[in-house]
Amino acid sequence: MKTEKRKKNGKPLSVKDFKSDRNVKWCPGCGDYMILSMMQKTFTQLDHAKEDIVCISGIGCSSRLPYYLNTYGIHSIHGRAPAVSTGLKLANPDLSVWVVSGDGDSMAIGGNHFIHACRRNLDINIIIFNNKIYGMTKGQSSPTTPIGMKTKTAPYGSYEPPFNIGELAISAGATFFARVPDKSPQLLGEVMMEAYRHKGTSVIEVLQNCVIFTDGIHEKLTDRETKDENQLVLTQGEPMVFGKQNEFGIQIDGMKLKKVRLEDKDSANTLIHDATEEETQQHIALAKLQLPDFPVAMGIIRNTESTSFEEELHNIIEQSQKKSSYKNLQELFHSGNTWEVQ
Amino acid sequence: MPDTKSKMKMRKAVVRFSGDSGDGMQLTGEIFSQSSGSAGNDLTTIPDFPAEIRAPQGSIGGVSSFQIQIGGTEIYTPGDEVDVLVALNPAALSANLKFLKPGGTVIADRDNFKKKFLKKANYDENPLEDGSLEDYQVLAAPASSLTKEALKNLGLDMQSVTRSKNMFALGIVYHLFNRPMEPTIDFFEKKFKGKPKVIQANMRALKAGYYFAETTDVLPASIVIPPADLPKGTYRNINGNTAIAWGALAAAEKSGKKLSLSSYPITPASEILHEIAARKDQGAIVLQAEDEIAAVCAAIGASYAGNLSITSTSGPGISLKTEAMGLAVIAELPLVIINVQRSGPSTGLPTKTEQGDLAQALYGRHGEAPLIVMAASSPDDCFFYGYQACRVAMEHMTPVVLLSDSYLASGKSPWRIPSLDELPDIQLPEYEGEAEDWAPYLRDPEFLNRYWKIPGEKGYEHRIGGLEKEDISGHLTYDPENHEKMVHLRQEKIDRVAKKLPSQEITGAQSGNLLVVGWGSSYGAINSAVIELLEEGHENVGFTNFNYLSPLPENTAEIFEKFDRILVCELNTGQFANYLRTKLPMFTYEQFNKNQAQPFFTSEIKSEIIKILEA
Ligand code: SF4
Repeated sequence: MKTEKRKKNGKPLSVKDFKSDRNVKWCPGCGDYMILSMMQKTFTQLDHAKEDIVCISGIGCSSRLPYYLNTYGIHSIHGRAPAVSTGLKLANPDLSVWVVSGDGDSMAIGGNHFIHACRRNLDINIIIFNNKIYGMTKGQSSPTTPIGMKTKTAPYGSYEPPFNIGELAISAGATFFARVPDKSPQLLGEVMMEAYRHKGTSVIEVLQNCVIFTDGIHEKLTDRETKDENQLVLTQGEPMVFGKQNEFGIQIDGMKLKKVRLEDKDSANTLIHDATEEETQQHIALAKLQLPDFPVAMGIIRNTESTSFEEELHNIIEQSQKKSSYKNLQELFHSGNTWEVQ
Repeated sequence: MPDTKSKMKMRKAVVRFSGDSGDGMQLTGEIFSQSSGSAGNDLTTIPDFPAEIRAPQGSIGGVSSFQIQIGGTEIYTPGDEVDVLVALNPAALSANLKFLKPGGTVIADRDNFKKKFLKKANYDENPLEDGSLEDYQVLAAPASSLTKEALKNLGLDMQSVTRSKNMFALGIVYHLFNRPMEPTIDFFEKKFKGKPKVIQANMRALKAGYYFAETTDVLPASIVIPPADLPKGTYRNINGNTAIAWGALAAAEKSGKKLSLSSYPITPASEILHEIAARKDQGAIVLQAEDEIAAVCAAIGASYAGNLSITSTSGPGISLKTEAMGLAVIAELPLVIINVQRSGPSTGLPTKTEQGDLAQALYGRHGEAPLIVMAASSPDDCFFYGYQACRVAMEHMTPVVLLSDSYLASGKSPWRIPSLDELPDIQLPEYEGEAEDWAPYLRDPEFLNRYWKIPGEKGYEHRIGGLEKEDISGHLTYDPENHEKMVHLRQEKIDRVAKKLPSQEITGAQSGNLLVVGWGSSYGAINSAVIELLEEGHENVGFTNFNYLSPLPENTAEIFEKFDRILVCELNTGQFANYLRTKLPMFTYEQFNKNQAQPFFTSEIKSEIIKILEA
């Protein structure tokens, strides 16, 4: 029945059905375009009908996205998209809710809502466009700006330790975390589909290139020449190997991860990726791997089973309605001490 | 035994129960309120808790009080001056004697006026014995020891026995007011079901107090308050917070919408959150948000999803919510924002009352961001205005700020329980055309509201948000003419709500010398003052109290015109008076203001009016 519902005039939905009639106004070459088109593509494959999809954003370049998607949507206020989504999803758990946000929007002004969304495990998908800068306000440092990078607000170089989004999300309780560079559309599509299927808060960090303020910031990860060595693309149940010939692997050394050049004899010790492991330790360690000593982990780092927040709440509502001492409001109003005036 | 005692008829009386926080004064007061309601009296109550959660036993800081005014006429306040003061320890007497009328009655627990407790209350001598209370009638009863005697053989622990002395004191008050004990004993049986010893203890203590008063005959007369002339129906006592919560539940039921509440805990509004959280059993969807901003944003999300959506808080919370309230204004979504005002600025006096947030409600957002502002005026009418706020929000697709305050939140008054049928219908604006012709900012031609199309409705997919939109299409635009148009449209939409509001009414003289103006919770004190003045022959005084503040009722200027002078009374420095000066500048407004984080006394309003009349 659901598949029937998502068809238009008997035909499956196409990307065009999800394009709004508005002109997309990001800078030419901005990484946001790819994310938008992958969302539109993914939406054609969902079990949800078009009218059951809602996209909610805050403020920033990324947050213009809902206007370009022909679904329901709210372009809310700075940092608050997870909070708006919480009310919306609790009100109608049948909707498929997508939050788009940036590193400033979600990690700075909206940090509190972000961690509480992760803690509660509401079944929403949060896509964070991480370009490590404030684009729309023209080049100020964000909470993910690397140390040493010059920005308008750190003209002598940033000296603030940045957040690692994956570490923060998993520590706050996120049951799904994935990271994808904006130059890997196929991986992004797969990750979005998995995030959609996952019950609970799914966080996707997209390493997004801002051609104006941080052009090339993810180049070492996405450049054809270096990407195989610098990306550790994780696949469920597969060994953690990377390099042009998969000549490197990740192994464990005491409590820490180590990078090894694989010789036949020790490849058996290479870690097998298990995103479904409840224990957060290894997922956090993977999320924290960084250049130059390590490759950066991509793909689905964490994907554990859980009950969603809205399901918990609606179960409680249902149970309490069954057990209530008041059949209806009149009984409630007349409970306790009443008297008659004749 | 024939009752030989003389009876004194009073139209109204004020009783104040006071004791240590552990003495159960709130429950004692509650039970007396119920008994008064059942006796047909009108009433208003107010609790007065210690500010500290656990003050030292017997200290003045640890005194807990409960005041009630009962009457055979309509009662609008818990009363200024106290007729009967129950003081279970020296600290309670010391803290509350200032409220007692000259000639009033003190009922004290003599057993507790011992050195240790006298010292804690800063008494050098025992006031029950040193003659300092000679202007009052004093009944110094050995409440603790007689209670102990009455409860012996029950096998209760010492603490429970001592605690029961509140019912002994209540028994004395029952005798004084000629109250039957049976309904209260029934109440004990219900409340303490399954705890026969506790039922026995309360019952025996109550009776012991009653018979003690009867046999010792120390009080010269017993007081008779005739029943008030209240509309027919079933009544209960209700406080303002519960009443607002229930009003919202009723509005959800009546409109066929689900209720979503998202709030963050804050004094004195938390009880609304508590009550609706418990009303999951009526299907309420409740979120305790991570902060005030999240609370209002989640409420906006729930509203977009199509639920009746509210957020409740107090002034400091509103300060945090203002950006999001602007979003609800520009997105034209129904949203009810409840502000149970407390004294400010900043943390201020968080448990005390003030009408200090009116200007914030009217103007406290960036940009031109008009919305509806209304205020409740008594604990029981919080139900109606809670309902009405939800109704107007949904019918007109707008945020509504409902102002209550600490005084209404914790005060109680009798509420005639309405049936849902008698509440005004909620008519959600319906779009009747085809989906293709619909647009997000298409408006109702008469009231200018847009239509509430929600996720799940096929063919109505649309985006809203904080950026300025083109009228009708809802497309983003920086067009100067469009912005000019939208600024006025949003205001006009609010102004047109006035067409649906009831006319502003006047109590007392319909025209004449002086019109006293109040808004929200100052209703009770002003109304009592004006009624007393009318009875005393001041025929030239009228009173009007505003519940609808933005927009104002359409006939406001019309009634102002009928009086020579206008006096605006409010618990701030003149926020409503200033608002009236900008809205209706053709009138001159005199002011009477109080900034003590306390409600008005009837007496102070009365003397202010007399001063003006005689000037
Ligand atoms: S400023 Fe940067 S992030 Fe923003 S649209 Fe332009 S390229 Fe994209």
